[in-house]
Amino acid sequence: MTLSHCITLSLILCGIGIFGMMTRRNLLGILLSVEVILNGANINFAAFAHFKAADPVAGAVFPIFVMAVSACEIAVALAIILSMYRRKKRLDAYRLEELNG
Amino acid sequence: MADFIFFHSYLILFFPLLSFVLIGLGHLHSDNKFVGKLAITLSALSLGYALLTALAYFISVMGHGQGLPYPEKMALDGAWLNFSPTLTANLGIYLDPISVIMLIVITVISLLVNIYSVGYMKGDPSFNRFFALLALFSFSMLGLVVSSNILQMFVFWELVGVSSYSLIGFWYEKPSAVAASKKAFIMTRFADAFFLLGILLVSFESGSFSFQTLNSPETAALLNKNILFAGLSINMLTLGTLLIFCGGWGKSAMFPLHVWLPDAMEGPTPVSSIIHSATMVVAGVYLTARMFPLFAASETTLFVIQCLGAFTALFAAVIAITQMDIKRILAFSTLSQLGYMIFSLGAAKICGDGHHDASVNLLGYSAAMYHVFTHAFFKCMLFLGAGAIIHAVHSNDIMKMGGLKSLMPRTYWSLLAACLAIAGLFPFSGFWSKDAILLASLQSGHYITFLVGLVTGALTAFYMFRFFFLIFHGEARSELHDVHEDPWMTWPIMILTIPTVFAGVLEHFFIANVVPPYIQEAGHLAHPGWLPWVATLAAVLGIGGAWIFYGKGQTESAARLKNIFGPVVYTLVYNKFYMDEIWLFITHKIIFDRIAAPIKWFDRKVVDGSMDLTGWLLQVGGKGVRLAQNGQLQFYLGATVIGFIMLLFLG
Repeated sequence: MTLSHCITLSLILCGIGIFGMMTRRNLLGILLSVEVILNGANINFAAFAHFKAADPVAGAVFPIFVMAVSACEIAVALAIILSMYRRKKRLDAYRLEELNG
Repeated sequence: MADFIFFHSYLILFFPLLSFVLIGLGHLHSDNKFVGKLAITLSALSLGYALLTALAYFISVMGHGQGLPYPEKMALDGAWLNFSPTLTANLGIYLDPISVIMLIVITVISLLVNIYSVGYMKGDPSFNRFFALLALFSFSMLGLVVSSNILQMFVFWELVGVSSYSLIGFWYEKPSAVAASKKAFIMTRFADAFFLLGILLVSFESGSFSFQTLNSPETAALLNKNILFAGLSINMLTLGTLLIFCGGWGKSAMFPLHVWLPDAMEGPTPVSSIIHSATMVVAGVYLTARMFPLFAASETTLFVIQCLGAFTALFAAVIAITQMDIKRILAFSTLSQLGYMIFSLGAAKICGDGHHDASVNLLGYSAAMYHVFTHAFFKCMLFLGAGAIIHAVHSNDIMKMGGLKSLMPRTYWSLLAACLAIAGLFPFSGFWSKDAILLASLQSGHYITFLVGLVTGALTAFYMFRFFFLIFHGEARSELHDVHEDPWMTWPIMILTIPTVFAGVLEHFFIANVVPPYIQEAGHLAHPGWLPWVATLAAVLGIGGAWIFYGKGQTESAARLKNIFGPVVYTLVYNKFYMDEIWLFITHKIIFDRIAAPIKWFDRKVVDGSMDLTGWLLQVGGKGVRLAQNGQLQFYLGATVIGFIMLLFLG
């Protein structure tokens, strides 16, 4: 397993995530896609730390931070989505356009 | 001691201001009796302090034997506006003979008019508002006369304009009163625009606003140079002084800006009384006197002033003969008397005759201030008397009066004194001041203005006694109900009889002591002994003529007068030479249609149009940008990704 394998994997994950964000209409689906993108980035961090860095620990710290932040983000986003569902009874991103200009 | 009094001389202004603020803010709906007492008390306090200041001033300047002219006292002087390190406008109180005399005149008249108004305005729903505005009027005029610099004077000058506007239009439910107040304000504002130009020109050149600097010979020398303006070579001194005089031209209602004054009669009579005697119209005379040393440096300016005054005096006197409205007669009489004062100031210059250079004759200056002084009392009294008559008869038309002698005896005798004074009969006050003015005009060498003054004197006597006989003599020409004299109104009139009759004793004081600074007397001048006799003869002729035509209160004499002069002349004069119509033509047909309408078009289409175009462009742009913010998450994300890719490949 070389660095380029890892980078390719992370690129594929990122692409899947962006594709999912652009095509999913359900807010929960969009949220899942965001997580996929973040994990793609995490693999990138870990791979570079493993293959290139003098001190691998420095690279390993970043994915942990990203996971912590994304956990918080998920908590907030789920709360928003939940309250949105209670108000609108639907989670269709195409229909939720009150914030237009 | 004197310095202590001077230091607190702001109190003279403070009391009327306090009265205005207290009544205007706190007591608009209070009991009328209380407000009347408050206004009278504060007015009396102001008068008391003015008298104290005058006494202290004259004692302190005469006691030291410094000689003439008396030094001015800066009672208060503080920086107000610092335009630049060299140009500062101060606020101050400037005491010199003329300002001290004006302080007394204004406070005396103001007090008497306040007392009178308690009777006159009784039962008026806006009683309290009237007293508040009257106090503001007194305050502005007092501030005007004590101004230490020309900018401060301009501020108070405009304040006088504003308060006269609100007093002339006091009964604002009457459309004619509203029109009159607007007319007065706009006409005087029109003249004030030139006044402001003059202030700017003169102050810019001399680098100062203060009267001491402006009146000094150095300023006159500095200004005395020719400038090229629109291809014409103009003397800056003449231009500046004439522009400044324009302010007085409008306020003192000289021809052809006089048309606002007769219309100002729409205000309550006490207002007319105070406007015509102590405030407002004498402001123009006062301005000319205050700036006199500078004006005197320009022969052209004084000549213009002299001719203008003489013409207005004669013009207004001729119109006054034919008028039927009791207050309008007095209004034209005021115009005529103001003409006297102005031409007296102009006559303070003796023209060079080849052997001698032009020089200054201080008599014209002193006589003008003396006439301001005497005229204030008898004109105030005439108006107060007219107000009492209107109050009793409920009409302004002298053709509906007649036979009031037995019904209003106190008013009759008081007004007789006032009419004799304004006609200039010995020993009443008007005789002395008019005599001094005629002497000054004779000495000035402009004999035509002297003759105009003499003829105007005869006409004055004629129309004043026409007025007097038609009101008081003969039989009543209309149904009169319940004619009575209100003591609140009669007493001020009777008190004013005292200065009207006895102010003549002050003649020597004025001639000897009221002189402008920086100017040397011309030396001994001819003092013809026949002059008082000729002046008296003119007055007697006028009174005699009035007696022949109207002595028994007969009204058919108007028709006889018409026949003598011919209907064309009579109609022309009766309609005031159609000056109002000429002004209407100029303003409506020429200014509104030819000048204002194209400017309005330019403003609406070009100025407003360019602003509207800017707004419209921004709106359209905003609508375009709005399209991007459509609220679709996927659209945003797509835009971000495309943007990122473009950045990678193009950036």
